[in-house]
Amino acid sequence: MRVAVVGIGCTKLGEHWMRSLRDLSTEAGALALKDAGIDGKDIQSLYIGNMSAGRFIGQEHLGALAVDQAGLNPIPATRCESACASGALALRKAYLSILSGEYDIVMAGGAEKMTDIKGSGAIATLMGAGDQEWESSVGLTFVGLYALMAKAYMDKYKLTREELSLVPVKNHKHGLSNPYAQFNYEITIDDVLKSPLIADPLRLLDCSPITDGAAAVILASEKVAKKFKNPVWILGSGQASDTLALHNRKSLTEIPATQIAARKAYEKAELKPDDIDIAEVHDCFSIAEILSYEDLGFSEKGRGKELLLSKDVMIGGKIPINTDGGLKMGHPVGATGIKQIVEVVKQLRGEALNQVKNAKVGLAHNIGGSGASCLVHILGRE
Amino acid sequence: MVYQSVPLFWRLKKPKYNLTGTKCIKCKNVYFPPRNLCPNCRRSGDIQEFQFSGSGKILSYTIIRTPPEGFEHYIPYAIAIIRLDEGTNITGQVVGDIERIGTGKRVRSVFRKMHENGSDGLIHYGLKFEMID
Amino acid sequence: MSVGIVGYGAYIPKFRISVDEISRVWKADPETIRNGLLVEEKSVPDKDEDTITISVEAGKNALLRAGINPQDVGAVYIGSESHPYTVKPSGTVVADALNLGPELMVADFEFACKAGTAAIQCCFALVKSGEIKYGLAIGADCAQSKPGDALEYTAAAGGAAYIIGKDPLAILEGTYSYTTDTSDFWRREGADYPSHGARFTGKPAYFKHVTASTNELLNKLSMKPSDFSHVVFHMPNGKFPLKAAKLLGISKEQLELGMVVTKIGNCYSGSSLLGLSRILDHAKPGERILLTSYGSGAGSDSFSFLVTDKILERVNLAKKTDFYIDRKENIDYGTYVRLRKKLKGG
Repeated sequence: MRVAVVGIGCTKLGEHWMRSLRDLSTEAGALALKDAGIDGKDIQSLYIGNMSAGRFIGQEHLGALAVDQAGLNPIPATRCESACASGALALRKAYLSILSGEYDIVMAGGAEKMTDIKGSGAIATLMGAGDQEWESSVGLTFVGLYALMAKAYMDKYKLTREELSLVPVKNHKHGLSNPYAQFNYEITIDDVLKSPLIADPLRLLDCSPITDGAAAVILASEKVAKKFKNPVWILGSGQASDTLALHNRKSLTEIPATQIAARKAYEKAELKPDDIDIAEVHDCFSIAEILSYEDLGFSEKGRGKELLLSKDVMIGGKIPINTDGGLKMGHPVGATGIKQIVEVVKQLRGEALNQVKNAKVGLAHNIGGSGASCLVHILGRE
Repeated sequence: MVYQSVPLFWRLKKPKYNLTGTKCIKCKNVYFPPRNLCPNCRRSGDIQEFQFSGSGKILSYTIIRTPPEGFEHYIPYAIAIIRLDEGTNITGQVVGDIERIGTGKRVRSVFRKMHENGSDGLIHYGLKFEMID
Repeated sequence: MSVGIVGYGAYIPKFRISVDEISRVWKADPETIRNGLLVEEKSVPDKDEDTITISVEAGKNALLRAGINPQDVGAVYIGSESHPYTVKPSGTVVADALNLGPELMVADFEFACKAGTAAIQCCFALVKSGEIKYGLAIGADCAQSKPGDALEYTAAAGGAAYIIGKDPLAILEGTYSYTTDTSDFWRREGADYPSHGARFTGKPAYFKHVTASTNELLNKLSMKPSDFSHVVFHMPNGKFPLKAAKLLGISKEQLELGMVVTKIGNCYSGSSLLGLSRILDHAKPGERILLTSYGSGAGSDSFSFLVTDKILERVNLAKKTDFYIDRKENIDYGTYVRLRKKLKGG
């Protein structure tokens, strides 16, 4: 039995001063229902990914909040949390709930409202994705975690600061005319190098922003999906965990959770990295995108930068990555995993803004924290 | 800000003040921070207290310039992943001239203020690391 | 069995600000100030240092020299006028950080700059009477001073720790104190900076108590100034101890080893104790040391120490006072006010 994505919706990503989390989640859900052409009453269960509403807006019990606001009581509603991979986790939970035979039509969404507290508070909250007792407490920030990896990677594989800058330059270019993106301007390597240092060696333009936003997809069982006009099939889903703290990992220059989750997804889909036509990867920081090329099998260890230098990861290249601009264009943490699926589905339907020619298979990659959790999904037209 | 809890910091005093961790007698792995369950042997392990010396070397480092709430007074400060001599890693602040920090440098622990909870809250103390010349 | 110092240790933060730099900002003449105070620069604590962290580092050095089981320490007394809390003792944090106790007596001491020596007196009495095996007494401070005030040139940071017990490296032959209610320098609770009586801090305060206490000790122990190889007084600046020495018939040479104020300023409760630690670093067995501290408010504690040969096997077991004096990094006034939190909201 297979599961397909039959509806997608996403809010604009940005600083939504006039909108609360409940406004964003309801909007995304409504857009997905409209796209699917079904009524809310057809949804049998809801999964919502959210990392830290408790600390961002003092709100827990998000499953209840989402279905209440959508007028969908009394369906079961579940909040899924895996730090920045909460969205992909919600997708997987929804997917497994249909595979179990329990449901036929389920909504998987993600939402995060990050701007109701000041920046330094958001930075502190995001460190909930790391080890509270032994990383956050010494003053380490989320950028700091990836900076530690960047430093180790740059030393080991001789990646230059200029080469690292190619990632945000590419993603800004991809997001240039994306109406959902938080930013619509191009940047140069020089702009990246001149932007302020946040945690050496990472600079402001290496980092995804603080964003409000929500996204939703509707999943259907095979027999129900066949009734929809453009189902996109989930061919494989993989999930893996690793140590919470970066200092306990086996290596600072790779993310094993990505490797394992990807392997599981490829195995289930009976596909290889070469078969992927377009991928949305987790570029929370520039270095994370380079690591993902290697961990997902698109390039060999230590050689990720070659894909940037050869432009293979750009639109028109062999393996376009983050065709909507990725997390650099907005990272409402709990929603990102679902937002990635929205772009992959658009690509496979042939409806994407930066359409990849003849895209048949797409991959979405979502990391939690500094690599303590990871989910990889592979989707296909057939 | 650093999550505020009197019982939490009190409970973690021994590792935070004295760098006391644990060791699994069965598989010989040492753990810092201390773990009550050996992740290697799980329930078949034999966990006991283990005292780290505080000496180690820097594996990687960063300089934090945009601080989380509560650390504004300290920027810029260096944070490193340090390989302790006994064979496990720790994340710690490195004090001293941040211009001189480098991968591979040897460090030893020093007792410092970690964080203050405002002007009328508790002061949290703990161990940072200084480079040995 | 004689009781005295079994282990000792110093700690001085590494930052320094010079008299020249402070006088540059306040448009004073640096040479006049340097010559008037006989101080060149003073130590400044880092953002994450305070009396507790200084006490822990000095305590670690003292334990290294003493070579005792930390669990045998029966009392911990920290003397300071800059305890981080008004209510919550520094001693408990220091005890836990040094792995002492929990079967332990602890209380914090305050008596301006002589709180550390008062702590030593208490430990001495507890050990001598057999109540405890070892006592840890620490004098440490991160002194605050009003911007532009004369004391800003000298109010410094540092501390020294002394473990008192039997079979010592320096026998405590006797200790005597002289105390009166004299308000030469004080700070009310909640006040950011202390107030002082300017010239009143001299004759009626420092000199009266230092000379009276020293003379009391000499009389009671039937000793004379020339019995001592080394002498250290509390050092609010470099001039006062020289004048006190003259009044007591003590020579400049006897003061030399302990005169740390010129390079690090006045470490308040750490002042005379850091002078003592430097003397011990260089002392030879058989030499006698006289220490008289001074605390505003006011009082002086005097001690006579007789160095034993145990000093030779213990002195090199931990970093010496000169290591901390010589390890330094000069900062400017802006960095200084940032570190000392003299900026409103900073």
